[in-house]
Amino acid sequence: MVTPHPGLPEFDYVKPASLAEASRFLAEHAGEARPFSGGTDTFVRMRDGFWKDKYLVDVKHLDGLNTLTFDRAGGLTIGAAVNLNRLSAAPEVRAHYPVLAEAAHTVASYQLRSRATLAGNVCNASPAGDTVGACLVLEGELLVHGVDGARREPLTGFFRGPGKTALKPGDIVTALHFPVPPAGHAARYLKLGRNAIGDLAIVGVTALGYRDPQAPSGYRFRIALASVAPTPLRAAQAERLLAEKPLGEAVLREAAEAAMAAARPIDDVRGGAHYRRLMVRNLTRQALTDVWQRLAS
Amino acid sequence: MSLHRITLTINGVHERVDVPSNMTLLQMLREKLALTGTKNGCAAGECGACTVLWNGEAVNSCMVLAVECDGGEVVTVEGLAHDHQLDPIQQALLDAGGVQCGFCTPGVLISARALLDRNPRPAEAEIRDALVGNLCRCTGYQRIIEAVQAAAQADAPARA
Repeated sequence: MVTPHPGLPEFDYVKPASLAEASRFLAEHAGEARPFSGGTDTFVRMRDGFWKDKYLVDVKHLDGLNTLTFDRAGGLTIGAAVNLNRLSAAPEVRAHYPVLAEAAHTVASYQLRSRATLAGNVCNASPAGDTVGACLVLEGELLVHGVDGARREPLTGFFRGPGKTALKPGDIVTALHFPVPPAGHAARYLKLGRNAIGDLAIVGVTALGYRDPQAPSGYRFRIALASVAPTPLRAAQAERLLAEKPLGEAVLREAAEAAMAAARPIDDVRGGAHYRRLMVRNLTRQALTDVWQRLAS
Repeated sequence: MSLHRITLTINGVHERVDVPSNMTLLQMLREKLALTGTKNGCAAGECGACTVLWNGEAVNSCMVLAVECDGGEVVTVEGLAHDHQLDPIQQALLDAGGVQCGFCTPGVLISARALLDRNPRPAEAEIRDALVGNLCRCTGYQRIIEAVQAAAQADAPARA
């Protein structure tokens, strides 16, 4: 019998003075220590007994984790401890990466977003992560501090399964970095939840498009699907179709079918697999149509 | 498990508390400081009954460790009224009939106060958006929304 609201299990709170110290501690206690920032996923997992770490290592005060910077040449860097409210309100993000602000705003509630972070949403590696689609279509990468120092980790290949990532013991994600998006791009995140706002995604579709004279169709699109496979994924076949065939309603419909074929959903408490597949098709068509119309106007 | 001595300001009062690593801000408020206005609902960051202001921002106090609050400032529902005068949002919620069983009320008040502090004249959609994380099983929300609108009006002269 599970107690409805047990407190958190016993652990030691650790607040290292530097990234090097934090990485060292996490590596030395591999399997029994974990970094945290807002704790909105960590505490729930601990409380429900899925995670049994002996140490929670607070990293949010460490060097560079609280900065958000943008420049027109280098792009956007979002410190791992920048919370989602700050992210979605940041003028640089709203002006140049609006789909990221839009996606961040759909996460849970204001109070939760005061704590939750983009890095946390990505590292949590939930197939349903609201911000992950935006991170994928904006071709973000992770800045990681590990026992051997700093490195970059592309998002492609980062997700290895539900809750599983390419991170190794001692790794701390310090920031996410996004290149400057294609000029004149348009993007959209469509989230289907059990209610209009605040819930987890049953299906999430993120689409980004831009004009590209090099592409046979004159356009390129990037499409990311959430909550319909063990990891968030790009719909590569659909993206190819949209680059190659002259765009029109029929091709958008064909691309939406291709996105549906890429989905490998499961039945769960939030929705059935068959329903999810159909919703991938419908939401993809809707998102592509919206993006295409904005590009054409 | 280690104990941490923390100092923080709660409702304007300086406090020094010894807290174990796994104690949440919510548990500290209720069990160490007897500030039971803040309610424990879901203990998972979903219902908003435990909402407090931490360094000016609305947070679910079940989702914050007490030890993280060292050096910080917390305002609970007990800290909203001043000089025997209810905060405008408290008065508005009473006047509008936005309180029934009352369990969600402390969290609603804090979320609404935080909203009005960052956006003194919110549109109805902004009010609903700001209160997504405060579940109420009684009122149907309409009177709560109306109360926040009324409080925004009541705040206005005070700010002028």
